[in-house]
Amino acid sequence: MIEVKRLTKRYGPFVAVDEISFDVERGGVVGFLGPNGAGKTTTIRILACYHPASGGSAKVAGFDVFTQSMDVRRRVGYLPESTPLYPEMRVREYLTFRGKLRRLSRDDLQAAIRRVVERCWLGEFIDRPIGQLSKGMKQRVGLADAIMHDPDVLILDEPTIGLDPTQIRETRSLIRELGQRHTVLLSSHILHEVEQVCDRTIIIAAGKIVAKGSPAELRGQFGSQGRVLAELRGPQPEVESGAKAISGVQKVEASANDGWVRLAIDSAPDRDVREDLFRLSVSKGWGLRELRREGATLEDFFVKVTAEQQQQRRSIPPR
Amino acid sequence: MRNLSTMIQREIGSYFLSPIAYAVAAIFLFACGLAFGLGNFTPGGESSLRPLLNPWIVLILVFVLPMLTMRLLCDELRSGTIETLMTAPISEVEVVLGKFFGAMAFFAILLGSLLLYPILIGMYGDLDLKLLLCNGLGLLFIGGLYVSVGLFFSSCTKHQVISVLLSFMVLALMTFAFHELAGLLEGWMKVVMQQLSIRTHFDDFVRGMLDTNHVVFFLTTTAFFLFLTVKRLEMRRWQ
Repeated sequence: MIEVKRLTKRYGPFVAVDEISFDVERGGVVGFLGPNGAGKTTTIRILACYHPASGGSAKVAGFDVFTQSMDVRRRVGYLPESTPLYPEMRVREYLTFRGKLRRLSRDDLQAAIRRVVERCWLGEFIDRPIGQLSKGMKQRVGLADAIMHDPDVLILDEPTIGLDPTQIRETRSLIRELGQRHTVLLSSHILHEVEQVCDRTIIIAAGKIVAKGSPAELRGQFGSQGRVLAELRGPQPEVESGAKAISGVQKVEASANDGWVRLAIDSAPDRDVREDLFRLSVSKGWGLRELRREGATLEDFFVKVTAEQQQQRRSIPPR
Repeated sequence: MRNLSTMIQREIGSYFLSPIAYAVAAIFLFACGLAFGLGNFTPGGESSLRPLLNPWIVLILVFVLPMLTMRLLCDELRSGTIETLMTAPISEVEVVLGKFFGAMAFFAILLGSLLLYPILIGMYGDLDLKLLLCNGLGLLFIGGLYVSVGLFFSSCTKHQVISVLLSFMVLALMTFAFHELAGLLEGWMKVVMQQLSIRTHFDDFVRGMLDTNHVVFFLTTTAFFLFLTVKRLEMRRWQ
């Protein structure tokens, strides 16, 4: 559905997007993840035909975004980050205007408005001026507009930014639903959101793609080594040295609190030290109130890969 | 074409939802009423639209029309709606023409309300319908040019105040400064200034002379500023 080949965007000497390539298959929700300023919005604007690229090519729904821009725009629903709307218009007027721009016939337009109003729970707000709506409601109006013409591809730029927790949850479940019908490309800098909503993830940092795959795959790439967390009641130096003495342990971090010592133990990948820790606590008579293995999170992965990229970019002199 | 009519409808609709448009309409009608009243309802005053048309209405339009056009693209740029608009299947030309004709429609409504004056003149004196028609045509032409200039400056900045001030300056220059300069200069410079001066071209419409020279002047300059606006919007995409 989306094919991006060596896409580059420069703003003067600054390279915002640096020869990125990726493909998105039909169906499902794809997360486009990266820290702020990584080039997410720039890439998305190129795909939505707002900015032309400086180099490379991009195809959406089989059409080139530069040479067949109108064909792409007819097949794409796009919600920009700030959800820009006309505050003086009523929701129904706005949706009618946008539907007409998409060349929906009179009957189709009425049906489409009914459909999106139901989908985005806009029923009671349909005759309210947009300027009076809350941020969350405006977001829904923007989403309703983006899915009105039943687009093949739905591009959402940070759709949950600035919403309250309830609204975020509602928007996420709505996006998951939309993923069953459309191909959704969703940008976000919130990892947790991508893990929850997306089937596949593309991680971008400093204008380059650093990883691709499902959240589970990405976790797998990084998560070969686990870490064990434990809390024991005992004198800190002894507990720490006792833990270090267990075979296969590579690193121990200890911190004391209220007589309890909290341990974070990194061990060799194939080694599970939990049983050894239990034996240690029994033999020394130290109380044990927590013992668990922590799988590597996507967050660790994300922080690691994006930090590497940022580092590289910083080391290059600006001019 | 369907996109164009959709755009025009939205623009007209948003004029009627905008408090600025009502304020501008009130200023326009008050100023015109004052000019007409002082010019005609005085002992020995003439029973024609000439005092209103030359030079008062030109001066009024220089101030009023930029206030009607200042928000047209400024607002879209400031609020970011330009992004949703320009990613919908609509071209820059359609957007610019839609905004132009939307503003012209509102201007035509304002002009229509001035028809009260010729009716009053007709009650107390002779009304020359052909002259009236020629005056109306001239007003539409000069309004079209002013709207296109205002629209261009509205595409240049996110700040309405800057857009309106730039339009005032350029319109005052093209309307009055060139006219005055033409009176001071001699030879070919005088001819150039006369050809560039909006007021020189408008005066013949007031006199009832329909000259293709003037029609061509208004149509080409209006088209030129609309063209600049389209190019300006296209340029924004690359920035």
